[in-house]
Amino acid sequence: MAWFRKEKKKLVKQKRELPADVWKKCDGCGEIIYREKLNENAGVCGKCGYHFRIGPADYARLLLDDALEKEYDSELRSVDPLEFVGPTPYAERYERAIKKGGTKEAVLTGAGHVEGMPVQFGVMDFGFIGGSMGSVVGEKIARVAERALDEKNPLIIVSASGGARMMEGVLSLMQMAKTSSALGRMHRSRLPYISILTHPTTGGVTASFAMLGDVIIAEPGALIGFAGPRVIEQTIGQELPDGFQRAEFLLEHGMVDIVVARPELKPTVSRLLQHMVG
Amino acid sequence: MASHQDFERSIGDVVARIGQLKELASERGLDVEAELKKLEARLEELRTETLESLTPMERVKIARHQQRPHSLDMMERVFTDFVELHGDRAFRDDPAVVCGWARLDGRSLMVIAQQKGRNTKENLKRNFAMMHPEGYRKALRMMRMAEKYGRPVITIIDTPAAYPGIGAEERGQAEAIARNLLEMSLIEVPILAAVIGEGGSGGALGLSVADRIVMLEYAIYSVISPEGCASILWKENTEEARSKAASALKLTAPDLLFLGVIDEVIGEPPGGAHEDWDATATALKESLTRNLADLDKRSVADLLDGRYAKYRKMGAWDGD
Ligand SMILES: [Zn+2]
Repeated sequence: MAWFRKEKKKLVKQKRELPADVWKKCDGCGEIIYREKLNENAGVCGKCGYHFRIGPADYARLLLDDALEKEYDSELRSVDPLEFVGPTPYAERYERAIKKGGTKEAVLTGAGHVEGMPVQFGVMDFGFIGGSMGSVVGEKIARVAERALDEKNPLIIVSASGGARMMEGVLSLMQMAKTSSALGRMHRSRLPYISILTHPTTGGVTASFAMLGDVIIAEPGALIGFAGPRVIEQTIGQELPDGFQRAEFLLEHGMVDIVVARPELKPTVSRLLQHMVG
Repeated sequence: MASHQDFERSIGDVVARIGQLKELASERGLDVEAELKKLEARLEELRTETLESLTPMERVKIARHQQRPHSLDMMERVFTDFVELHGDRAFRDDPAVVCGWARLDGRSLMVIAQQKGRNTKENLKRNFAMMHPEGYRKALRMMRMAEKYGRPVITIIDTPAAYPGIGAEERGQAEAIARNLLEMSLIEVPILAAVIGEGGSGGALGLSVADRIVMLEYAIYSVISPEGCASILWKENTEEARSKAASALKLTAPDLLFLGVIDEVIGEPPGGAHEDWDATATALKESLTRNLADLDKRSVADLLDGRYAKYRKMGAWDGD
Protein backbone atom coordinates (compact mmCIF):
# COMPACT_ATOMS: atom_id res chain seq x y z
CA MET A 1 0.00 0.00 0.00
CA ALA A 2 2.84 2.38 0.83
CA TRP A 3 4.19 2.58 -2.70
CA PHE A 4 0.72 3.21 -4.02
CA ARG A 5 0.19 6.18 -1.75
CA LYS A 6 3.53 7.63 -2.76
CA GLU A 7 2.73 7.34 -6.42
CA LYS A 8 -0.63 9.00 -5.91
CA LYS A 9 1.08 11.91 -4.19
CA LYS A 10 3.54 12.25 -7.05
CA LEU A 11 0.72 12.44 -9.57
CA VAL A 12 -1.09 15.14 -7.64
CA LYS A 13 2.10 17.19 -7.64
CA GLN A 14 2.55 16.67 -11.32
CA LYS A 15 -1.00 17.81 -11.95
CA ARG A 16 -0.42 21.03 -10.11
CA GLU A 17 2.45 21.90 -12.37
CA LEU A 18 0.32 21.44 -15.47
CA PRO A 19 -2.39 23.83 -16.59
CA ALA A 20 -5.69 22.07 -15.90
CA ASP A 21 -7.26 23.22 -19.14
CA VAL A 22 -4.63 21.41 -21.21
CA TRP A 23 -4.17 18.18 -19.22
CA LYS A 24 -6.51 15.84 -17.38
CA LYS A 25 -5.81 12.94 -15.08
CA CYS A 26 -7.64 9.72 -15.97
CA ASP A 27 -10.00 8.51 -13.21
CA GLY A 28 -9.54 5.00 -14.58
CA CYS A 29 -5.77 4.51 -14.79
CA GLY A 30 -4.28 7.71 -13.37
CA GLU A 31 -2.56 8.54 -16.65
CA ILE A 32 -2.18 12.23 -17.49
CA ILE A 33 -3.97 12.81 -20.78
CA TYR A 34 -3.67 15.69 -23.20
CA ARG A 35 -7.16 17.24 -23.21
CA GLU A 36 -7.24 17.76 -26.95
CA LYS A 37 -6.50 14.10 -27.50
CA LEU A 38 -9.25 13.18 -25.02
CA ASN A 39 -11.71 15.38 -26.93
CA GLU A 40 -10.72 13.79 -30.23
CA ASN A 41 -11.43 10.40 -28.70
CA ALA A 42 -14.98 11.33 -27.49
CA GLY A 43 -13.81 11.62 -23.89
CA VAL A 44 -12.41 8.09 -23.74
CA CYS A 45 -8.97 7.39 -22.24
CA GLY A 46 -6.72 5.98 -24.96
CA LYS A 47 -4.85 3.85 -22.45
CA CYS A 48 -7.55 2.18 -20.31
CA GLY A 49 -10.80 2.97 -22.12
CA TYR A 50 -12.26 4.90 -19.18
CA HIS A 51 -15.28 6.96 -20.29
CA PHE A 52 -15.19 10.51 -18.95
CA ARG A 53 -18.53 12.28 -18.64
CA ILE A 54 -19.30 14.38 -21.71
CA GLY A 55 -22.11 16.90 -22.08
CA PRO A 56 -25.40 16.70 -23.99
CA ALA A 57 -24.07 18.85 -26.83
CA ASP A 58 -21.07 16.50 -27.13
CA TYR A 59 -23.42 13.53 -27.56
CA ALA A 60 -25.44 15.40 -30.18
CA ARG A 61 -22.21 16.06 -32.12
CA LEU A 62 -21.02 12.50 -31.61
CA LEU A 63 -24.20 10.76 -32.74
CA LEU A 64 -25.73 13.10 -35.30
CA ASP A 65 -24.38 14.17 -38.70
CA ASP A 66 -24.76 17.91 -38.10
CA ALA A 67 -25.35 17.88 -34.34
CA LEU A 68 -28.85 18.95 -33.27
CA GLU A 69 -30.39 20.63 -36.31
CA LYS A 70 -33.51 21.74 -34.44
CA GLU A 71 -33.94 22.04 -30.69
CA TYR A 72 -37.41 21.61 -29.15
CA ASP A 73 -39.03 23.06 -26.08
CA SER A 74 -35.92 24.81 -24.78
CA GLU A 75 -38.12 27.37 -23.01
CA LEU A 76 -39.89 24.88 -20.72
CA ARG A 77 -39.22 25.63 -17.04
CA SER A 78 -40.27 24.04 -13.79
CA VAL A 79 -42.73 26.06 -11.72
CA ASP A 80 -41.96 24.46 -8.34
CA PRO A 81 -45.45 22.92 -8.22
CA LEU A 82 -45.23 21.81 -4.57
CA GLU A 83 -43.55 25.05 -3.41
CA PHE A 84 -41.09 22.59 -2.01
CA VAL A 85 -39.65 23.58 1.34
CA GLY A 86 -36.27 21.93 1.85
CA PRO A 87 -32.91 22.89 3.37
CA THR A 88 -32.41 24.72 0.05
CA PRO A 89 -35.68 25.78 -1.58
CA TYR A 90 -36.20 24.02 -4.92
CA ALA A 91 -36.76 27.33 -6.74
CA GLU A 92 -33.36 28.53 -5.56
CA ARG A 93 -31.60 25.32 -6.52
CA TYR A 94 -33.28 25.40 -9.92
CA GLU A 95 -32.17 28.98 -10.62
CA ARG A 96 -28.63 28.07 -9.63
CA ALA A 97 -28.64 25.08 -12.01
CA ILE A 98 -29.81 27.27 -14.88
CA LYS A 99 -27.23 29.99 -14.15
CA LYS A 100 -24.47 27.40 -14.08
CA GLY A 101 -24.76 27.41 -17.86
CA GLY A 102 -24.93 24.53 -20.27
CA THR A 103 -28.43 23.11 -20.65
CA LYS A 104 -31.51 24.73 -19.17
CA GLU A 105 -33.03 21.47 -17.95
CA ALA A 106 -31.89 17.91 -17.44
CA VAL A 107 -32.74 16.91 -21.00
CA LEU A 108 -32.04 18.40 -24.42
CA THR A 109 -34.37 17.31 -27.24
CA GLY A 110 -34.49 17.93 -30.95
CA ALA A 111 -34.03 16.48 -34.41
CA GLY A 112 -31.09 15.53 -36.59
CA HIS A 113 -29.76 12.86 -38.91
CA VAL A 114 -27.77 9.66 -38.37
CA GLU A 115 -25.82 8.91 -41.54
CA GLY A 116 -28.53 10.57 -43.56
CA MET A 117 -31.51 9.07 -41.77
CA PRO A 118 -33.77 11.62 -40.01
CA VAL A 119 -34.16 10.88 -36.28
CA GLN A 120 -35.70 12.42 -33.19
CA PHE A 121 -33.18 12.79 -30.41
CA GLY A 122 -32.98 13.34 -26.67
CA VAL A 123 -29.97 13.51 -24.39
CA MET A 124 -29.91 13.97 -20.62
CA ASP A 125 -27.57 16.19 -18.64
CA PHE A 126 -26.39 14.67 -15.36
CA GLY A 127 -24.96 18.08 -14.48
CA PHE A 128 -28.44 19.57 -14.16
CA ILE A 129 -29.69 18.58 -10.66
CA GLY A 130 -28.28 15.08 -11.11
CA GLY A 131 -30.13 14.54 -14.38
CA SER A 132 -33.30 14.20 -12.34
CA MET A 133 -36.67 13.83 -14.07
CA GLY A 134 -39.28 16.38 -13.09
CA SER A 135 -42.29 17.62 -15.07
CA VAL A 136 -40.16 19.36 -17.72
CA VAL A 137 -37.98 16.33 -18.45
CA GLY A 138 -41.06 14.09 -18.65
CA GLU A 139 -42.87 16.55 -20.88
CA LYS A 140 -39.92 17.01 -23.24
CA ILE A 141 -39.38 13.25 -23.56
CA ALA A 142 -43.11 12.68 -24.21
CA ARG A 143 -43.13 15.45 -26.83
CA VAL A 144 -40.06 14.19 -28.67
CA ALA A 145 -41.65 10.70 -28.74
CA GLU A 146 -44.83 12.26 -30.16
CA ARG A 147 -42.72 14.07 -32.79
CA ALA A 148 -41.25 10.69 -33.73
CA LEU A 149 -44.82 9.41 -34.10
CA ASP A 150 -45.89 12.36 -36.23
CA GLU A 151 -42.81 12.31 -38.45
CA LYS A 152 -42.56 8.50 -38.45
CA ASN A 153 -38.93 8.81 -37.34
CA PRO A 154 -36.86 6.60 -35.09
CA LEU A 155 -36.13 7.94 -31.61
CA ILE A 156 -32.76 7.89 -29.86
CA ILE A 157 -32.43 8.84 -26.19
CA VAL A 158 -29.14 9.05 -24.29
CA SER A 159 -29.84 8.71 -20.56
CA ALA A 160 -27.90 9.82 -17.48
CA SER A 161 -29.90 10.34 -14.33
CA GLY A 162 -30.08 9.88 -10.59
CA GLY A 163 -33.83 9.28 -10.88
CA ALA A 164 -36.99 11.23 -10.19
CA ARG A 165 -36.72 14.86 -9.04
CA MET A 166 -38.08 14.49 -5.54
CA MET A 167 -38.64 18.23 -5.13
CA GLU A 168 -41.52 17.84 -7.59
CA GLY A 169 -42.92 15.02 -5.46
CA VAL A 170 -45.41 12.62 -6.93
CA LEU A 171 -45.65 14.73 -10.11
CA SER A 172 -42.10 13.65 -10.94
CA LEU A 173 -43.11 10.02 -10.35
CA MET A 174 -45.97 10.42 -12.81
CA GLN A 175 -43.51 11.43 -15.54
CA MET A 176 -42.45 7.77 -15.59
CA ALA A 177 -45.99 6.82 -16.62
CA LYS A 178 -46.22 9.72 -19.07
CA THR A 179 -42.99 8.93 -20.92
CA SER A 180 -43.67 5.17 -20.96
CA SER A 181 -47.18 5.74 -22.35
CA ALA A 182 -45.77 7.89 -25.16
CA LEU A 183 -43.29 5.12 -25.97
CA GLY A 184 -46.21 2.67 -25.91
CA ARG A 185 -47.77 4.61 -28.78
CA MET A 186 -44.49 4.50 -30.71
CA HIS A 187 -44.31 0.77 -30.08
CA ARG A 188 -47.84 0.32 -31.41
CA SER A 189 -46.84 2.22 -34.56
CA ARG A 190 -43.75 0.03 -35.00
CA LEU A 191 -41.28 2.89 -34.76
CA PRO A 192 -37.78 2.11 -33.51
CA TYR A 193 -36.57 3.46 -30.20
CA ILE A 194 -32.92 3.05 -29.29
CA SER A 195 -31.98 3.74 -25.69
CA ILE A 196 -28.37 4.53 -24.81
CA LEU A 197 -27.46 4.25 -21.15
CA THR A 198 -24.51 6.24 -19.80
CA HIS A 199 -22.97 6.59 -16.36
CA PRO A 200 -24.98 6.71 -14.18
CA THR A 201 -28.58 5.82 -15.04
CA THR A 202 -30.67 4.90 -11.99
CA GLY A 203 -34.07 5.26 -10.35
CA GLY A 204 -37.17 6.52 -12.10
CA VAL A 205 -35.48 7.11 -15.44
CA THR A 206 -34.20 3.53 -15.56
CA ALA A 207 -37.61 2.27 -14.42
CA SER A 208 -39.30 4.04 -17.33
CA PHE A 209 -38.06 5.17 -20.75
CA ALA A 210 -34.40 4.16 -20.34
CA MET A 211 -35.18 0.42 -20.09
CA LEU A 212 -37.84 0.45 -22.81
CA GLY A 213 -35.64 0.63 -25.91
CA ASP A 214 -36.22 -1.90 -28.68
CA VAL A 215 -32.46 -2.00 -28.45
CA ILE A 216 -30.67 -0.93 -25.28
CA ILE A 217 -27.02 0.07 -25.61
CA ALA A 218 -24.84 0.71 -22.57
CA GLU A 219 -21.52 2.52 -22.38
CA PRO A 220 -18.70 0.46 -20.82
CA GLY A 221 -18.51 0.73 -17.05
CA ALA A 222 -21.75 2.72 -16.73
CA LEU A 223 -23.65 2.22 -13.47
CA ILE A 224 -27.20 1.21 -14.36
CA GLY A 225 -29.85 0.16 -11.89
CA PHE A 226 -33.19 0.67 -10.22
CA ALA A 227 -32.00 1.33 -6.68
CA GLY A 228 -28.74 3.12 -5.96
CA PRO A 229 -25.92 0.96 -4.54
CA ARG A 230 -26.05 2.73 -1.15
CA VAL A 231 -29.75 2.04 -0.71
CA ILE A 232 -29.21 -1.63 -1.54
CA GLU A 233 -26.29 -1.92 0.88
CA GLN A 234 -28.38 -0.35 3.63
CA THR A 235 -31.28 -2.70 2.90
CA ILE A 236 -29.37 -5.97 2.76
CA GLY A 237 -26.69 -4.97 5.27
CA GLN A 238 -23.75 -6.13 3.20
CA GLU A 239 -21.28 -4.75 0.70
CA LEU A 240 -22.01 -5.20 -2.96
CA PRO A 241 -19.73 -7.29 -5.16
CA ASP A 242 -17.33 -5.57 -7.57
CA GLY A 243 -18.88 -4.72 -10.89
CA PHE A 244 -22.44 -4.92 -9.53
CA GLN A 245 -24.88 -2.83 -11.61
CA ARG A 246 -22.20 -2.01 -14.16
CA ALA A 247 -22.95 -2.20 -17.90
CA GLU A 248 -21.09 -5.52 -18.26
CA PHE A 249 -23.07 -6.99 -15.33
CA LEU A 250 -26.34 -6.00 -17.00
CA LEU A 251 -25.19 -7.51 -20.29
CA GLU A 252 -24.37 -10.77 -18.51
CA HIS A 253 -27.81 -10.80 -16.85
CA GLY A 254 -29.63 -10.12 -20.10
CA MET A 255 -30.77 -6.59 -19.28
CA VAL A 256 -29.03 -4.68 -22.09
CA ASP A 257 -28.44 -5.70 -25.71
CA ILE A 258 -24.90 -4.44 -26.30
CA VAL A 259 -22.10 -2.67 -24.48
CA VAL A 260 -20.55 -0.25 -26.96
CA ALA A 261 -17.53 2.01 -26.48
CA ARG A 262 -18.36 5.63 -27.22
CA PRO A 263 -16.42 6.00 -30.49
CA GLU A 264 -18.42 3.05 -31.90
CA LEU A 265 -21.82 4.38 -30.80
CA LYS A 266 -22.80 6.17 -33.99
CA PRO A 267 -21.85 3.40 -36.43
CA THR A 268 -23.65 0.89 -34.21
CA VAL A 269 -26.82 3.00 -34.01
CA SER A 270 -26.73 3.56 -37.75
CA ARG A 271 -26.40 -0.15 -38.54
CA LEU A 272 -29.22 -0.99 -36.15
CA LEU A 273 -31.53 1.56 -37.70
CA GLN A 274 -30.74 0.23 -41.17
CA HIS A 275 -31.78 -3.23 -40.00
CA MET A 276 -34.93 -1.97 -38.38
CA VAL A 277 -36.27 0.53 -40.88
CA GLY A 278 -33.68 1.11 -43.61
CA MET B 1 -56.87 -4.53 21.69
CA ALA B 2 -56.23 -1.62 19.38
CA SER B 3 -52.88 0.02 19.98
CA HIS B 4 -52.72 3.77 20.23
CA GLN B 5 -49.99 6.05 18.98
CA ASP B 6 -48.87 9.42 20.36
CA PHE B 7 -51.42 11.50 18.52
CA GLU B 8 -54.14 9.17 19.75
CA ARG B 9 -53.23 9.47 23.42
CA SER B 10 -56.31 11.39 24.45
CA ILE B 11 -58.42 8.90 22.51
CA GLY B 12 -56.58 6.15 24.36
CA ASP B 13 -57.48 7.78 27.69
CA VAL B 14 -61.15 7.87 26.78
CA VAL B 15 -61.07 4.27 25.58
CA ALA B 16 -59.41 3.25 28.85
CA ARG B 17 -62.07 5.06 30.87
CA ILE B 18 -64.84 3.40 28.92
CA GLY B 19 -63.20 0.07 29.70
CA GLN B 20 -62.97 0.90 33.40
CA LEU B 21 -66.60 1.99 33.51
CA LYS B 22 -67.78 -1.21 31.85
CA GLU B 23 -65.75 -3.26 34.29
CA LEU B 24 -67.21 -1.30 37.16
CA ALA B 25 -70.67 -1.86 35.81
CA SER B 26 -70.29 -5.60 35.50
CA GLU B 27 -68.48 -6.01 38.83
CA ARG B 28 -70.70 -3.87 40.99
CA GLY B 29 -73.84 -3.73 38.87
CA LEU B 30 -73.76 0.06 38.68
CA ASP B 31 -75.79 1.92 36.10
CA VAL B 32 -73.22 3.68 33.93
CA GLU B 33 -75.36 3.99 30.79
CA ALA B 34 -75.53 7.80 30.79
CA GLU B 35 -71.82 8.24 31.57
CA LEU B 36 -70.91 5.69 28.88
CA LYS B 37 -72.98 7.47 26.27
CA LYS B 38 -71.24 10.74 27.07
CA LEU B 39 -67.81 9.15 26.81
CA GLU B 40 -68.62 7.44 23.56
CA ALA B 41 -69.80 10.70 22.05
CA ARG B 42 -66.58 12.32 23.25
CA LEU B 43 -64.60 9.49 21.67
CA GLU B 44 -66.27 10.00 18.30
CA GLU B 45 -65.59 13.73 18.56
CA LEU B 46 -61.96 13.18 19.47
CA ARG B 47 -61.43 10.78 16.61
CA THR B 48 -62.78 13.22 14.06
CA GLU B 49 -60.81 16.11 15.57
CA THR B 50 -57.63 14.08 15.68
CA LEU B 51 -57.89 13.06 12.07
CA GLU B 52 -58.67 16.57 10.92
CA SER B 53 -55.68 18.07 12.67
CA LEU B 54 -53.20 15.41 11.61
CA THR B 55 -49.85 16.49 10.24
CA PRO B 56 -48.68 14.75 7.04
CA MET B 57 -46.21 12.64 9.06
CA GLU B 58 -49.03 11.52 11.35
CA ARG B 59 -50.99 10.54 8.28
CA VAL B 60 -47.99 8.51 7.13
CA LYS B 61 -48.16 6.67 10.45
CA ILE B 62 -51.86 5.93 9.98
CA ALA B 63 -51.16 4.64 6.47
CA ARG B 64 -48.63 2.27 8.09
CA HIS B 65 -50.70 1.56 11.22
CA GLN B 66 -50.23 -1.93 12.67
CA GLN B 67 -53.97 -2.57 12.62
CA ARG B 68 -54.71 -1.00 9.25
CA PRO B 69 -56.54 -3.42 6.96
CA HIS B 70 -54.30 -4.93 4.31
CA SER B 71 -55.24 -6.00 0.79
CA LEU B 72 -56.49 -9.51 1.67
CA ASP B 73 -58.55 -8.06 4.55
CA MET B 74 -60.26 -5.77 2.05
CA MET B 75 -60.53 -8.40 -0.66
CA GLU B 76 -62.40 -10.91 1.48
CA ARG B 77 -64.93 -8.19 2.30
CA VAL B 78 -65.26 -6.69 -1.18
CA PHE B 79 -65.01 -9.68 -3.54
CA THR B 80 -66.40 -13.20 -3.76
CA ASP B 81 -65.26 -16.36 -5.53
CA PHE B 82 -61.54 -15.49 -5.41
CA VAL B 83 -59.27 -17.93 -7.20
CA GLU B 84 -55.63 -17.08 -6.56
CA LEU B 85 -53.19 -17.61 -9.44
CA HIS B 86 -49.45 -17.79 -8.96
CA GLY B 87 -46.18 -17.16 -10.72
CA ASP B 88 -44.60 -15.25 -13.57
CA ARG B 89 -43.96 -18.45 -15.61
CA ALA B 90 -40.29 -17.54 -15.73
CA PHE B 91 -38.64 -17.44 -12.33
CA ARG B 92 -40.90 -17.90 -9.30
CA ASP B 93 -44.04 -16.79 -7.53
CA ASP B 94 -43.72 -13.46 -5.72
CA PRO B 95 -45.90 -13.61 -2.59
CA ALA B 96 -45.61 -9.82 -2.13
CA VAL B 97 -48.34 -9.54 -4.75
CA VAL B 98 -51.55 -11.57 -4.74
CA CYS B 99 -53.34 -12.08 -8.05
CA GLY B 100 -56.40 -13.91 -9.25
CA TRP B 101 -59.95 -14.00 -10.53
CA ALA B 102 -62.61 -12.58 -8.27
CA ARG B 103 -66.16 -11.25 -8.47
CA LEU B 104 -67.45 -7.82 -7.61
CA ASP B 105 -71.24 -8.04 -7.19
CA GLY B 106 -71.14 -11.25 -9.18
CA ARG B 107 -69.08 -9.81 -12.00
CA SER B 108 -65.82 -11.54 -12.89
CA LEU B 109 -62.61 -9.51 -12.91
CA MET B 110 -58.86 -9.76 -12.24
CA VAL B 111 -57.51 -8.53 -8.90
CA ILE B 112 -53.84 -7.70 -8.38
CA ALA B 113 -52.96 -6.69 -4.84
CA GLN B 114 -49.82 -5.89 -2.89
CA GLN B 115 -49.92 -7.75 0.41
CA LYS B 116 -48.19 -6.74 3.64
CA GLY B 117 -47.74 -9.18 6.48
CA ARG B 118 -49.10 -8.59 9.97
CA ASN B 119 -46.32 -10.35 11.86
CA THR B 120 -42.68 -11.35 11.37
CA LYS B 121 -43.52 -14.71 9.84
CA GLU B 122 -45.97 -13.23 7.37
CA ASN B 123 -43.63 -10.40 6.50
CA LEU B 124 -40.84 -12.85 5.83
CA LYS B 125 -43.11 -14.49 3.27
CA ARG B 126 -44.61 -11.28 1.87
CA ASN B 127 -41.35 -9.30 2.01
CA PHE B 128 -43.29 -6.37 3.55
CA ALA B 129 -45.20 -6.13 0.24
CA MET B 130 -42.00 -5.10 -1.54
CA MET B 131 -42.21 -6.77 -4.92
CA HIS B 132 -39.39 -8.28 -6.96
CA PRO B 133 -39.29 -8.08 -10.79
CA GLU B 134 -41.06 -11.45 -11.02
CA GLY B 135 -43.97 -9.89 -9.09
CA TYR B 136 -44.41 -7.16 -11.68
CA ARG B 137 -44.13 -9.78 -14.43
CA LYS B 138 -46.72 -11.97 -12.71
CA ALA B 139 -49.04 -8.97 -12.50
CA LEU B 140 -48.56 -8.22 -16.19
CA ARG B 141 -49.32 -11.84 -17.08
CA MET B 142 -52.59 -11.56 -15.16
CA MET B 143 -53.50 -8.28 -16.85
CA ARG B 144 -52.95 -9.86 -20.25
CA MET B 145 -55.18 -12.75 -19.22
CA ALA B 146 -57.90 -10.33 -18.13
CA GLU B 147 -57.56 -8.54 -21.47
CA LYS B 148 -57.88 -11.84 -23.34
CA TYR B 149 -61.25 -12.50 -21.71
CA GLY B 150 -62.44 -8.90 -21.74
CA ARG B 151 -62.48 -8.60 -17.94
CA PRO B 152 -61.55 -5.45 -16.07
CA VAL B 153 -58.50 -5.22 -13.82
CA ILE B 154 -58.50 -3.90 -10.26
CA THR B 155 -55.16 -3.26 -8.59
CA ILE B 156 -54.84 -2.68 -4.86
CA ILE B 157 -51.80 -0.65 -3.86
CA ASP B 158 -50.07 -0.95 -0.49
CA THR B 159 -46.28 -1.11 -0.59
CA PRO B 160 -43.38 0.85 0.90
CA ALA B 161 -41.36 0.37 -2.31
CA ALA B 162 -40.19 -2.05 -4.95
CA TYR B 163 -37.55 -4.21 -3.28
CA PRO B 164 -34.00 -2.83 -3.55
CA GLY B 165 -31.82 -5.97 -3.45
CA ILE B 166 -29.21 -7.93 -5.38
CA GLY B 167 -31.58 -10.43 -6.96
CA ALA B 168 -34.06 -7.70 -7.83
CA GLU B 169 -31.35 -5.81 -9.72
CA GLU B 170 -30.00 -8.96 -11.39
CA ARG B 171 -33.44 -9.84 -12.69
CA GLY B 172 -34.21 -6.32 -13.90
CA GLN B 173 -36.38 -4.49 -11.37
CA ALA B 174 -36.22 -1.32 -13.46
CA GLU B 175 -37.15 -3.12 -16.67
CA ALA B 176 -40.03 -4.96 -15.02
CA ILE B 177 -41.57 -1.74 -13.70
CA ALA B 178 -40.94 0.16 -16.94
CA ARG B 179 -42.51 -2.66 -18.96
CA ASN B 180 -45.64 -2.56 -16.82
CA LEU B 181 -45.96 1.21 -17.29
CA LEU B 182 -45.81 0.81 -21.06
CA GLU B 183 -48.03 -2.26 -21.27
CA MET B 184 -50.64 -0.93 -18.85
CA SER B 185 -51.03 2.12 -21.09
CA LEU B 186 -52.08 -0.25 -23.89
CA ILE B 187 -54.19 -2.90 -22.09
CA GLU B 188 -57.60 -2.91 -23.76
CA VAL B 189 -59.79 -3.41 -20.70
CA PRO B 190 -60.64 -0.99 -17.88
CA ILE B 191 -57.99 -0.69 -15.17
CA LEU B 192 -58.95 0.66 -11.77
CA ALA B 193 -56.32 1.26 -9.06
CA ALA B 194 -57.08 1.67 -5.36
CA VAL B 195 -54.39 2.96 -3.00
CA ILE B 196 -55.34 1.65 0.45
CA GLY B 197 -52.16 2.21 2.48
CA GLU B 198 -48.72 3.14 1.25
CA GLY B 199 -48.18 4.09 -2.38
CA GLY B 200 -44.42 3.71 -2.38
CA SER B 201 -42.86 5.32 -5.45
CA GLY B 202 -42.08 3.17 -8.51
CA GLY B 203 -43.12 0.13 -6.52
CA ALA B 204 -46.68 1.44 -6.45
CA LEU B 205 -46.64 3.05 -9.89
CA GLY B 206 -45.69 -0.27 -11.51
CA LEU B 207 -49.24 -1.48 -10.77
CA SER B 208 -51.17 1.75 -11.01
CA VAL B 209 -51.22 3.09 -14.55
CA ALA B 210 -55.00 3.09 -14.63
CA ASP B 211 -58.13 4.72 -16.00
CA ARG B 212 -59.13 5.76 -12.48
CA ILE B 213 -57.12 5.93 -9.29
CA VAL B 214 -59.05 6.02 -6.03
CA MET B 215 -57.41 6.41 -2.66
CA LEU B 216 -58.44 5.89 0.94
CA GLU B 217 -58.48 9.12 2.94
CA TYR B 218 -55.41 8.35 5.06
CA ALA B 219 -53.42 6.48 2.47
CA ILE B 220 -50.29 8.13 1.08
CA TYR B 221 -48.61 8.12 -2.33
CA SER B 222 -45.11 9.49 -2.77
CA VAL B 223 -42.04 9.57 -4.98
CA ILE B 224 -39.88 8.76 -1.95
CA SER B 225 -40.49 7.89 1.70
CA PRO B 226 -40.20 10.75 4.21
CA GLU B 227 -37.26 8.81 5.71
CA GLY B 228 -35.46 8.60 2.36
CA CYS B 229 -36.14 12.24 1.54
CA ALA B 230 -34.96 13.39 4.98
CA SER B 231 -31.70 11.50 4.72
CA ILE B 232 -30.96 12.77 1.20
CA LEU B 233 -32.02 16.42 1.51
CA TRP B 234 -31.78 17.13 5.25
CA LYS B 235 -28.91 14.66 5.67
CA GLU B 236 -30.38 13.46 8.95
CA ASN B 237 -32.83 10.85 10.10
CA THR B 238 -34.56 12.66 12.96
CA GLU B 239 -38.31 12.78 13.57
CA GLU B 240 -38.15 16.51 12.83
CA ALA B 241 -36.48 16.04 9.44
CA ARG B 242 -38.88 13.22 8.55
CA SER B 243 -41.86 15.42 9.44
CA LYS B 244 -40.53 18.27 7.33
CA ALA B 245 -39.98 15.88 4.43
CA ALA B 246 -43.48 14.42 4.78
CA SER B 247 -44.97 17.92 4.64
CA ALA B 248 -42.81 19.05 1.73
CA LEU B 249 -43.57 15.98 -0.40
CA LYS B 250 -47.36 16.60 -0.52
CA LEU B 251 -48.13 12.91 -0.21
CA THR B 252 -51.60 12.87 1.38
CA ALA B 253 -54.76 11.87 -0.48
CA PRO B 254 -56.18 15.43 -0.53
CA ASP B 255 -52.82 16.72 -1.87
CA LEU B 256 -52.84 14.11 -4.62
CA LEU B 257 -56.41 14.95 -5.58
CA PHE B 258 -55.41 18.61 -5.79
CA LEU B 259 -52.36 17.76 -7.92
CA GLY B 260 -54.56 15.80 -10.34
CA VAL B 261 -52.78 12.51 -9.73
CA ILE B 262 -55.78 10.66 -8.26
CA ASP B 263 -59.46 10.85 -9.12
CA GLU B 264 -61.25 10.26 -5.85
CA VAL B 265 -60.69 10.20 -2.09
CA ILE B 266 -62.65 7.52 -0.25
CA GLY B 267 -63.63 8.63 3.26
CA GLU B 268 -62.46 6.42 6.13
CA PRO B 269 -64.48 5.58 9.25
CA PRO B 270 -63.99 7.79 12.36
CA GLY B 271 -60.51 7.14 13.74
CA GLY B 272 -59.25 5.71 10.46
CA ALA B 273 -59.57 2.44 8.55
CA HIS B 274 -57.94 0.48 11.40
CA GLU B 275 -60.92 1.27 13.64
CA ASP B 276 -63.47 -0.39 11.36
CA TRP B 277 -62.41 -2.73 8.58
CA ASP B 278 -65.99 -3.54 7.53
CA ALA B 279 -66.99 0.08 7.07
CA THR B 280 -63.76 0.72 5.14
CA ALA B 281 -64.48 -2.23 2.85
CA THR B 282 -68.05 -1.04 2.27
CA ALA B 283 -66.81 2.41 1.23
CA LEU B 284 -64.11 0.90 -1.00
CA LYS B 285 -66.59 -1.46 -2.65
CA GLU B 286 -69.03 1.34 -3.35
CA SER B 287 -66.29 3.36 -5.04
CA LEU B 288 -64.95 0.45 -7.12
CA THR B 289 -68.44 -0.54 -8.29
CA ARG B 290 -69.41 2.99 -9.25
CA ASN B 291 -66.14 3.74 -11.09
CA LEU B 292 -66.19 0.45 -12.94
CA ALA B 293 -69.77 1.03 -14.09
CA ASP B 294 -68.65 4.38 -15.43
CA LEU B 295 -65.66 2.91 -17.30
CA ASP B 296 -67.89 0.19 -18.78
CA LYS B 297 -69.56 2.81 -20.95
CA ARG B 298 -66.34 3.54 -22.84
CA SER B 299 -65.24 1.96 -26.10
CA VAL B 300 -61.72 0.49 -26.19
CA ALA B 301 -60.47 3.48 -28.22
CA ASP B 302 -61.99 5.95 -25.76
CA LEU B 303 -60.57 4.01 -22.86
CA LEU B 304 -57.01 4.07 -24.24
CA ASP B 305 -57.22 7.69 -25.39
CA GLY B 306 -58.55 8.70 -21.99
CA ARG B 307 -55.82 6.80 -20.17
CA TYR B 308 -53.15 8.38 -22.37
CA ALA B 309 -54.56 11.88 -21.88
CA LYS B 310 -54.77 11.38 -18.12
CA TYR B 311 -51.01 10.83 -17.73
CA ARG B 312 -50.07 13.09 -20.64
CA LYS B 313 -51.32 16.15 -18.79
CA MET B 314 -49.72 15.37 -15.42
CA GLY B 315 -47.04 17.73 -14.22
CA ALA B 316 -46.61 21.49 -14.10
CA TRP B 317 -44.31 23.73 -16.12
CA ASP B 318 -43.94 27.16 -17.66
CA GLY B 319 -43.70 27.83 -21.40
CA ASP B 320 -45.33 26.01 -24.33
ZN1 LIG C 1 -7.24 5.74 -18.36
